[in-house]
Amino acid sequence: MDSENIIVIDGQEFTFTQEETILQVAQRNGFDIPTLCFLKGAIPTGACRICVVEVEGATNLVASCSTAATPGMVVKTETQRVVRDRRTNIELLLASGFHNCLVQDLDMDSWTDFQLKSMEPKEHQGLCPAYGNCVLQDLAVRYQVKLSHFAPAETKYPIENVNPFIVRDFSRCVLCGRCVQACNEIQVNNVITFDLKGAESKIITKGDRTLKDSNCVFCGECVQACPVGALVPKDDFLEGQTPEEENRVRTTCTYCGVGCQLYLHVKENRVTKVTGVEDVGPNYGKLCVKGRFGYDFINHPARLKTPLIRENGELREASWDEALKVVSDKFSGIKGDVGPDAIGVLSSARITNEENYLAQKFTRGVIGTNSIDHCARL
Amino acid sequence: MAGLAAAFGSGAMTNPIEDLEKGEVILITGSNTTENHPVLSSYIKRAVTFKGAKLIVVDPRKIPIASFATFWLRQNLGTDVAWLNGMMHVIIQENLYDEDYVTSRTVGLEDLKRAVEKYTPEHVEGITGIPKEELIGAARLYAGAESASILYAMGITQHITGVDNVKSLANLAMLCGNVGVSGGGVNPLRGQNNVQGACDMGALPDVYTGYQKVNDVSVRERMAKAWQVETLSDKTGLKATEMMEKAHEGELKAMYIIGENPMLSDPDLNHAKECFKNLEFLVVQDIFLTETAELADVVLPSASFAEKEGTFTNTERKVQRVRKGIEPPGEAKDDWKIICELSGNMGYTMDYENSQAVMEEIAEVTPSYCGINYERLKTEGLHWPCTGTDHPGTPCLHMDEFTCGLGVFHAIEFRPPAEVPDDEYPLYLTTGRLLYHYHCGSMTMKSPGLNELAPECFVEMSSKDATEYKIGHGDRVKIASRRGEIEAKVEVSEKAVDGTVFIPFHYAGAAANALTNGALDPTAKIPEYKVCAVRIQKN
Repeated sequence: MDSENIIVIDGQEFTFTQEETILQVAQRNGFDIPTLCFLKGAIPTGACRICVVEVEGATNLVASCSTAATPGMVVKTETQRVVRDRRTNIELLLASGFHNCLVQDLDMDSWTDFQLKSMEPKEHQGLCPAYGNCVLQDLAVRYQVKLSHFAPAETKYPIENVNPFIVRDFSRCVLCGRCVQACNEIQVNNVITFDLKGAESKIITKGDRTLKDSNCVFCGECVQACPVGALVPKDDFLEGQTPEEENRVRTTCTYCGVGCQLYLHVKENRVTKVTGVEDVGPNYGKLCVKGRFGYDFINHPARLKTPLIRENGELREASWDEALKVVSDKFSGIKGDVGPDAIGVLSSARITNEENYLAQKFTRGVIGTNSIDHCARL
Repeated sequence: MAGLAAAFGSGAMTNPIEDLEKGEVILITGSNTTENHPVLSSYIKRAVTFKGAKLIVVDPRKIPIASFATFWLRQNLGTDVAWLNGMMHVIIQENLYDEDYVTSRTVGLEDLKRAVEKYTPEHVEGITGIPKEELIGAARLYAGAESASILYAMGITQHITGVDNVKSLANLAMLCGNVGVSGGGVNPLRGQNNVQGACDMGALPDVYTGYQKVNDVSVRERMAKAWQVETLSDKTGLKATEMMEKAHEGELKAMYIIGENPMLSDPDLNHAKECFKNLEFLVVQDIFLTETAELADVVLPSASFAEKEGTFTNTERKVQRVRKGIEPPGEAKDDWKIICELSGNMGYTMDYENSQAVMEEIAEVTPSYCGINYERLKTEGLHWPCTGTDHPGTPCLHMDEFTCGLGVFHAIEFRPPAEVPDDEYPLYLTTGRLLYHYHCGSMTMKSPGLNELAPECFVEMSSKDATEYKIGHGDRVKIASRRGEIEAKVEVSEKAVDGTVFIPFHYAGAAANALTNGALDPTAKIPEYKVCAVRIQKN
C-alpha cells in the first residue's frame, strides 16, 4: 500500500485516489456524512456547509464535498464542534422560509404567527408536498434542531403554478443551488440560474420569466434534485402527500430507445409519479418531459378493457373466449384455404422481448409464414 | 440497419451511450437529438460544455443541438451521400485517414477512393448547398480526432437512399479508424423503446432471434427442433411495407397487428386505408382504440408497460428489466398471454409460467442472448452479445475485428430524392417528432400537460418563404402534395431553412403522412418520409 495516499477518518486509515474528495472517500467506506447542496455529477460548491468536518491542523471546519483528500489528512466527521456547526446551519436554513413542519418548539406566540403566515397562500393549507421526503426535514430530525433561535423569514415571491408540470414555491427554497446545477451541469439545458441580491436572492430563468415562458423543456431534473419542497411535481402539489401508501417499482421507460431506468410511484393501482433511478445507467437519474410527466395514458379512461368484435359494421364488446375463437377460426381457415403466406403479422417495437419472441414463434411455428415485421422503419 | 450490417456485419449501435463523453469529436446527422432522445443529448451537451469535445451537426433545420456545434452544415434535403463523399474526398486528398487501420482491418479502399474522387468540395457545394470551406473544416476536424463518434437517426434512414447513407457513414468512420474504439463508433439512435429488441427477437421477415437467417437450413432445423414443429418455411416473408402492397393486390388476406398504428405512421395514409379495407380479416391488439384498431374486425385489449414483467433492449443493445407496477384495466391482458391462448386455440400449446420462462427459452435458441437471465438483470442490464452466464456483455462492438472479419468499404454514388419540387409543388417537406409528443401520440396525447405544451399540428417555415407566400405567423394554411392535403397553423421559425417546410407527424387530425411519399429504399424498404414536394395555400 502506498503510504502517501492514506487519510484517517474517525481513527481508521483509508486509501484514496487522486481527485477524490473527503466526502467521496468517506462515502465509499460507509461513513454517513450528511449533505444537502451536494449533487452527484456536478462540481461541488460547498455552499450549504452541512457536510462540514474537522480536519486536524485546519482552523476552520471544511466542507467535505469540496475539499480534496490529501496524504496524511486526519478527519473527524462527527465531533461536538461539527455537530454544533451543522445545527446552526440547519437552523438558518429552516428559518429562511416557510418550513413549518417542525415548529412545535417555537414559543406559543411566534408559533401561531408563523403557522398562520406560512399557511396564508391558498396552496399551503395542507401538508408540505415534500413532507417525509425532505432532506432538510430529515436533517432537522437527525440533529434535533428547533426553530427557536431565528425568526422565520418573510416570503418575498409568490408561488409559480402556471405550467402543467412543475410548481415553484419560493417560500420553501433554501437557495442550495442543486436545481441550478441539475439544469446547467447535468442536463445542460441552461435555463435557470442564481439571481444573487442578498436577502432578495432567487433562482430565476433568463429575464426572470415563468418556466412556461422561458426555454425550459420540463425535463424535471430540478424537481428531482430539489432537497426540499420548493420544486414539486404539480400532481403532488394538487393531491398532497401521503407517503405511507406509496409503493415504488423500478422499470424501464416506454418512450424512446434510450431505455432510462425509472421508478413508477404507485398508489391504489394508479401511477401517480415517476422519478429517475440514480446511480445506474444509462440515465443516472435523468429523465425527459415524456418519461417523467407523460404517464397519464396508463390510467386513462380510454384504455381498452374488453375484446371487441365487428358486427354489422360496428365494434361490440365480447368475451375473450368468443374473440379468440373468431381470430383462431379465421386464421386457421385462411391458412387452410389460401395458405399461410396469406397472413401477415406486425409485431411491435413497444412490447417486450418475450412478447416479440412469442409473436414470431407464433407466426413461424403456428401460422407457418415468415411474414412478420414491425415498424422499425417507420 | 442493412447498411451497417453490410459494412460491419452487425446492424446496431457500436458503442454505449456513456462513451459519448469520451470522444474528442461527435458528428450528429439526421437526429434532432435534444427533442427525440433528450436524455442521451445531455451526454453530448456535457461532452461539449465540460469535456472539451467538438460537435459537428449536419442538418437542414436549426435544431437545438446545433447551438453546441463547432460546425453546423446545412445540407439540401436528401443529399447526404454527396456531403459524406465530399468529406471523404477531402480526407483522402489531404492524407488525413488512418492508414494502419484501413490496411489491417478493412477491404475496398481503392473502390472508395475512385468513387469519391469527383466529389470535390466545389462539386459537393453545388449539390448540397454546403459552403466548401465548411465542408473542408468539418472533414479536418473529424479526421483529426483521436476518437470520434457518429450519431444518426431517421433523418438518415428515411430516404430512398437510406441504406446508401448509412454505408457512407460507415465508410467515413472506418476511413478514420473510428470503429471499435472507445469514444467512437457509428451509432444509430433507436426511436422506440424496444425497436432493438423487436429486431433481436426476430420480428423481421428474414431472421429468427439473434439475426439467424430463415434460409439457413441448419438454423431452421435447430429452431424446428426447439419448437417441436415439423417444418418451418424457408421463404423470406414480407416486410411491413410489402404487406400493405400485397393487401392492396388482394394476395394478403389477413393481418394481426400488435401494438402498432400504421394508420398514422405509414406514408401516404389514403393508400394505407385502402390496403386495410381490402383485407378479409384484420386483428388489432393494443392498449387504445387507435386509428388502425378502428378498422379492425377484432380488437384485443392488452396491458401497458406499467402492467407487465419482461425486458426491453435499448438503443445501445442493453437488455433491461420491465416490471409490473399495477394491474391492467378491465380484462386487458399481457400481449404474451394473448399470443399463447391464440396459439393454443390453433392447436399448438405454448405453456409458460411467466415471462421469465420465455426469456429462458430465448437464451436457449439465441447465441447473442444465451448468457442473459432475469437473475443477472436484477440491478443492471447487460449489453448483447452475451454468450455465456459468466460473460460480462459487450458494450463496445468490433473491438479487435468486425463481426464479419474485415470491415467493408462501399463505393456509393449520389442519387437525388424520389420527388423534388417543381412548379406545381414548389416546396420541400420534411417530417419529424416534437419533444412533447411521441410517435402517433396515442400515449402522449392523453396527457393534458403535454397537450398544453404542444397543442396542435403546425407547419414550420422560414420567414423568407412566409414573406414570399404572403403568409403570417399563426395563419391557417392548406398543405398539399400529390397524395393528399392537410390543414395546419403556420409557425414562422428560425429553425426552418428557405425552401423547406417541416411538419411533425404526431397529429391524426392533420396527419403529415397524408402528404409523404411512399417511395422505398430498394433494400431496407424504408419509405422516404424525410423528403417530398408540397405546395402551400392560405385558407
